[in-house]
Amino acid sequence: MNDMTPTREQREAKLEGMGCKRKRVEDIRFTQGRGNYVDDVKLPGMLHGDFVRSPHAHARVKSINSEEALKVPGVLAVITAETLKTVNLAWMPTLAGDVQMVLADGKVLFQNQEVAFVVATDRYAADDGINKVVVEYEALPPLMDPFKAMDPDAPVLREDLAGKTSGAHGPRKHHNHIFEWVVGDKDLTDAAFRNAEVSIKEMISYHRTHPSPLETCQCVCSFDKIKGELSIWGTFQAPHVIRTVVALIAKIPEHKIHVIAPDIGGGFGNKVGAYPGYICAAVASIVTGKPVKWVEDRIENLTATSFARDYHMTTEIAATKEGKVTGLRVHVLADHGAFDACADPSKWPAGFFNIVTGSYDFPTAHLSVDGVYTNKAPGGVAYRCSFRVTEAAYCIERGMDILAQKLGMDPAELRLKNFIKAEQFPYHSALGWEYDSGDYHTAMRKMMEAVDYAGLRKEQVEKRAAFKRGETREIMGLGVSFFTEIVGAGPSKNCDILGIAMFDSCEIRMHPTGAGIARVGSKSQGQGHETTWAQIIATEIGIPADDIMVEEGNTDTAPYGLGTYGSRSTPVAGAAIAMAARKIKAKAQMIAAYKLEVHEGDLEWDIDGFRVKGLPEKSMSMKDICWAAYNSVAPGMEPGLEAVSYYDPPNMTYPFGAYICVMNIDVDTGVYKVRRFYALDDCGTRINPMIIEGQVHGGLTEAFAIAMGQEIRYDDEGNVVTGSFMDFFIPTAVETPHWETDFTVTPSPHHPIGAKGVGESPNVGGVPAFSNAVNDAFSFLGSTHIQMPHDFWRNWRAAKNLGVFAA
Amino acid sequence: MAKTHVTMKVNGAEVEGLVEPRTLLVHFIRENLMLTGTHIGCETTHCGACTVDIDGMSVKSCTMFAVQAQGSDITTIEGIANADGSLSALQEGFRMMHGLQCGFCTPGMIVRAQRLLTENPSPTEAEIRMGIAGNLCRCTGYQNIVKAIQYAAAKINGVEFQEAAE
Repeated sequence: MNDMTPTREQREAKLEGMGCKRKRVEDIRFTQGRGNYVDDVKLPGMLHGDFVRSPHAHARVKSINSEEALKVPGVLAVITAETLKTVNLAWMPTLAGDVQMVLADGKVLFQNQEVAFVVATDRYAADDGINKVVVEYEALPPLMDPFKAMDPDAPVLREDLAGKTSGAHGPRKHHNHIFEWVVGDKDLTDAAFRNAEVSIKEMISYHRTHPSPLETCQCVCSFDKIKGELSIWGTFQAPHVIRTVVALIAKIPEHKIHVIAPDIGGGFGNKVGAYPGYICAAVASIVTGKPVKWVEDRIENLTATSFARDYHMTTEIAATKEGKVTGLRVHVLADHGAFDACADPSKWPAGFFNIVTGSYDFPTAHLSVDGVYTNKAPGGVAYRCSFRVTEAAYCIERGMDILAQKLGMDPAELRLKNFIKAEQFPYHSALGWEYDSGDYHTAMRKMMEAVDYAGLRKEQVEKRAAFKRGETREIMGLGVSFFTEIVGAGPSKNCDILGIAMFDSCEIRMHPTGAGIARVGSKSQGQGHETTWAQIIATEIGIPADDIMVEEGNTDTAPYGLGTYGSRSTPVAGAAIAMAARKIKAKAQMIAAYKLEVHEGDLEWDIDGFRVKGLPEKSMSMKDICWAAYNSVAPGMEPGLEAVSYYDPPNMTYPFGAYICVMNIDVDTGVYKVRRFYALDDCGTRINPMIIEGQVHGGLTEAFAIAMGQEIRYDDEGNVVTGSFMDFFIPTAVETPHWETDFTVTPSPHHPIGAKGVGESPNVGGVPAFSNAVNDAFSFLGSTHIQMPHDFWRNWRAAKNLGVFAA
Repeated sequence: MAKTHVTMKVNGAEVEGLVEPRTLLVHFIRENLMLTGTHIGCETTHCGACTVDIDGMSVKSCTMFAVQAQGSDITTIEGIANADGSLSALQEGFRMMHGLQCGFCTPGMIVRAQRLLTENPSPTEAEIRMGIAGNLCRCTGYQNIVKAIQYAAAKINGVEFQEAAE
């Protein structure tokens, strides 16, 4: 060996494989303004479509007159429900088994509902046209309070469902009832409560909010009449699903539909569903024979496409006097708005809310969820969380704090006492899940040590005493949160979308010179897949990540995948990538054996190639094997080096984490200060620590927003009062706290590389940490539970209600 | 609608076009000039994705008419890279410090940060946070954007960048 031979460390480093803080390949184009987002797509002759929307939350549509609009220069067409009926598209199926109006058909059911679609030569002309469409409405009483939805005299919202006593998820109890979902053992749980030494009961609401990625939902549809082909560029988190949905509802053969999701400016669940804009743009293109672009503005985005949460959770926990939990009973009233357009796997009307037992060893539990219609926008998307998991985590984490308060126990101590123990994994929860792996006690103790938990509690005691003596007007709260997520949907045995199993896929094709391309069924919206997927392949097959191009989002070239949401990309697509790479490696081993004239079993893997056992100088690099694959494979072997893997995960993955928020609140103003936020995440094997940290920062910032002010709020008449960035809280750099991140590593035992997914953990764990901090701060004044969001005004009001101001 | 002739300098080049008086500057930049790096996130001046530099000021181009930019000197994200085509200190800082994820706010954020560093070459963390408060990001939580700007400031000032302790 000469001195130029790279060391093992140098060879490893050159790969930039798993565990390395590889800089992102996407950033080269993004930092130079060279991304390619949907609104950047400009086709010759392209038209623009825009919506006439309802000012009413509930009204009958008496008439729509487009006459004047069609006289506006540049306006070419006005599409209404009547137009859509001619192609049987006035209504569309939702992912949740309901149907949704594409354009108002006789009635409007929420403010800003789509009423007519104006198609014009540019976006200004389309807007001019909108102003000239005359719609005559007859206002009806709006139903805004989900708790009144099933009153006997509640207005009938969905006249199309008249007489339907059952829906996609079983019997309906009332004309505004959508479904009831029941899980767990009722008798055992009721008995646990009858025998409980201590119990708590609290109605914990998780308010309506919105994912609001910086880029809104948009598409360009182009129908080629000669070929009968429809091309759609769109902000799609799941492009293949969109293709199949279009094939099913528009009756265009699926191979003639080309769906392309280019760069996407954030998704957070907002871009999973199918929206009226997509359907209208497609129909408009078919009608006009020209490409049609539809771009939502921000107000439309906040008020019409895909809200999140709106869960009202009556939470009961039974326990012994010593603080051992003995039962959990939860009833959820779920406000789904006007149409059930929840983006959940088809068989799960409340998503995976039955993860609500959290990180604790509940011997029994019972859960029931009632979904109801109201005059609000449809949706119910998983805003940076797996399906309804953030609601579940908030429910149990607030519940545990409330129980600790009742027991007079420290919330961290109560959690440590009830954690599922490391030796109990795989753990079967009372509500039916099999948790794959975890070490909760270690994570919790590491967090407590890192922040000097005991010291913080001591400071809190002193501060409370000072407050009572009138020496300060500041109160201090510690918000502990220990969450268990359930991500990686999912195994075909229980997860599908419209009948398609929720697998994911990867195709790797190695070129003769040792570079290659990987096409994956997932779709990045900022997660950095082009960077991290190449890292998995680099480690698996010993080709530098820089030499692997990753491509997603083109349904003509990528293998079928179910897309990116619910932190499923690493657990499912990440596994498919590793499995495809292993197929490449297996063939490479055969090629190397032939070239080195040894038996395959005589070879061993060595970083970036194979070497003969006991003869390390006799080796063949993966790069050389790629070349050989194209000119000298063994007789009888097919040339080439490529592989496809479709991965059906055997189980979900269960990331977890220990978070703590330290907060001071000024009772006279309600102004809070986040003094410290520490987040320990365990997402199993870590592919790129830099990207994980970035994901945690971002998720925590969204959790901060949601807990501390972000809300889609309606007035009694059904007007959205937080419909723009003026009113809808998006934190700036000034109010966003500093984040401290940490980790433990408990690999998933069933995942090929042991990875669990992390993107959504910080939102799931963050929200309860913030809310628990606020609630903990006020608890010594006699408060049990204050509903989110905890903005300054609400904090001030809470203080006032607790009597801290002199009369 | 009658059109108006506008001329301006964009990224060092003289450009012209015919626009309606109501045409927003951001649409002129994106659709007439085909410089699509400048993004639209809210159309109400809140998010800053459309930030460009006009005559030495950061401006949100979604709420300014193209005719108002008559004769002005504009820099967009496409004019930020070094003359030789390499990444500028800020662009490099964003990449090195993982100051972006989806990339949608990034052009506006970088254009804004460039103006900030021109006005204040050695900003404190608080000054950086206040300086970019008109630019929203939904992905990063800003922490790494702050680091990216600190990285760029250090590089421009010729000093070694030291990451603040966690």
